[in-house]
Amino acid sequence: MASERAITATVETAGGRGRYRALVWRRQLILAGLGAALLFSLCVDLALGPARYGLGEVVRALLTPDAVPQQVRVVLWEIRMPVALMAVVVGAALSVAGAQMQTILNNPLASPFTLGISAAASFGAALALAFGVALIPAAIAYVVPVNAFVMAMLAALLIHLLSVKRGVTVETIVLLGIALVFTFNALLALVQFFASAEALAAVVFWTMGSLTKATWPKLAVTTFVLAAVLPVFARRAWALTALRLGEDKAASFGIKVARLRMETLMLVSLLAAIPVAFVGTIGFIGLVGPHIARMIIGEDQRFFLPASALSGALILSASSVASKSLVPGTVFPIGIVTSLIGIPFFISLILSGTRRSW
Amino acid sequence: MVTIRLESLGARYGRKLLLEGVATPKFQGGDVVAVIGPNAAGKSTLFKRVAGLLPGPGIVHVEGNRKGRDSICYMPQDTSANAVLTVYESVLLARKQGAGWSVDEEDLARIDEALTALGISDIAFRNIGELSGGQRQLASLAQTLVREPEILLMDEPTSALDLSRQVEVLGLMRNLARARGMVVLIALHDLNHALRFCDQAIVVAGGRLVACGPAPDIITPALLREIYHVEARIETCSHGLGHIIVDGVAAQSRTFAWHVAESEIGKPDRQRSEGAAMTVQAS
Repeated sequence: MASERAITATVETAGGRGRYRALVWRRQLILAGLGAALLFSLCVDLALGPARYGLGEVVRALLTPDAVPQQVRVVLWEIRMPVALMAVVVGAALSVAGAQMQTILNNPLASPFTLGISAAASFGAALALAFGVALIPAAIAYVVPVNAFVMAMLAALLIHLLSVKRGVTVETIVLLGIALVFTFNALLALVQFFASAEALAAVVFWTMGSLTKATWPKLAVTTFVLAAVLPVFARRAWALTALRLGEDKAASFGIKVARLRMETLMLVSLLAAIPVAFVGTIGFIGLVGPHIARMIIGEDQRFFLPASALSGALILSASSVASKSLVPGTVFPIGIVTSLIGIPFFISLILSGTRRSW
Repeated sequence: MVTIRLESLGARYGRKLLLEGVATPKFQGGDVVAVIGPNAAGKSTLFKRVAGLLPGPGIVHVEGNRKGRDSICYMPQDTSANAVLTVYESVLLARKQGAGWSVDEEDLARIDEALTALGISDIAFRNIGELSGGQRQLASLAQTLVREPEILLMDEPTSALDLSRQVEVLGLMRNLARARGMVVLIALHDLNHALRFCDQAIVVAGGRLVACGPAPDIITPALLREIYHVEARIETCSHGLGHIIVDGVAAQSRTFAWHVAESEIGKPDRQRSEGAAMTVQAS
């Protein structure tokens, strides 16, 4: 019998192993390439602004700050660096948040936007900007980001509470998220309706998302959250990958699916809420960053996780460059740029892609 | 040698008891046990309960196992997945089961061995989302085999395979059970396969165990009438194995009701098909 032959046959092993090793090597190269592209984009981002510097000067200012004139050093390190790094960190955070939302909800449309987290943050910020309402009175100095964060976490908490109810499926969670998006958008519209003209302008500008709000303390908080959450996801790389094989299969591997999904959802909410609170709503990254990563590197989380972070960081950093380059002398809100430039690029990538990405 | 015995086993989904009072004799390494019963009888529920994926009363007695909790492996019926993962990666995932990031030569050797044994080395680097149902089922089998379980619970593992693959896979499982000293429980709808490849059979219906024993003693015309509502006979083939011939659906059964116009009833095609003997898929 063929099966008996198969079990006793000398197994030809080198082929599969060799190809797998080559696959891993290729993926490491892709990650290195993304890292290099990100570094280049960061340098270009630093070079651009009202005063333009050459890339060589930027690199010199980064490596040996004392070797460049003080004016260049101040502009690059103290004015542009927090904004440029914020683009990198926020892009990475939003992209990882989107990647894990798509993983645990098994839905390609999941992102911080889809679950209403961004919409809730906008509403929280609008309350502060229009009426001066502080959801946590003690934090009056940071009323806008604190309000945005509190509302984003409230939305996430609501989703958590409803998703632990028995019989609630991932589809229900996604639908619930969409309902939250519409609810918070309606509330935001209501705030805008009653707001003064000045407050209305502030609210509209905030919801567009802008990296110019970045400061070193905000950058430090965002980086800390990202640095704290990434290792947790990395430790669960196998389990999160297994989730994409289906709930039953993941459970059969000994994974506590409900617990993994719940804990990931909480971490993802934190990861999405912090950047949104600081720089406003930037919706496109959380959706597209993971899709690009998936297309070029697959869904083995050992590679997918860093690829998502790098692609998100790269998109936002490149968008930051574009926001300064489109019209000289004008810095467009980053949220507008990511959509205007990123979405056509994303569509072309989907249509030209030979690999099925979902 | 590993053994497994179920004692008063039940399973709950929420407050609802879906399975109760399942008790079996001791099965030991090398045994291949068919778990049979009609649709929604509780076969998958039984497997999930034994694998520890569902709560419920009763005890699963496992003795002589070397791998602790990992000794029991459940292969679910649903193999659909749209992940951007190659077959090779999905099998590696099963092999690692949450262990560290590193992948050693031993892991890769076991994966190559499983893929070769199942004849799917040629699709090893295709994404599982792009595979046919049968290929996905073979990939799922490879994921199961690399875990090197001592007790294997397979939920309809051949339902999407063509006939020759069904025979090959079930033959492979029987040989592996003997070679590795593994207990294999297989939920099957094809009772001829159960007669051919399985030593024992347990019958589940309505969330209860209704019969248990050597497969040829359990799978009888009386059982087929009682559980499956069919009139059937069992004949011995040239290899000395029982082979089920289904003559028709039992008179008192729940048949598919379809409204047929009176004018249709007298047509020759219909007359020919009524009462014609159906042979259950040969194996």
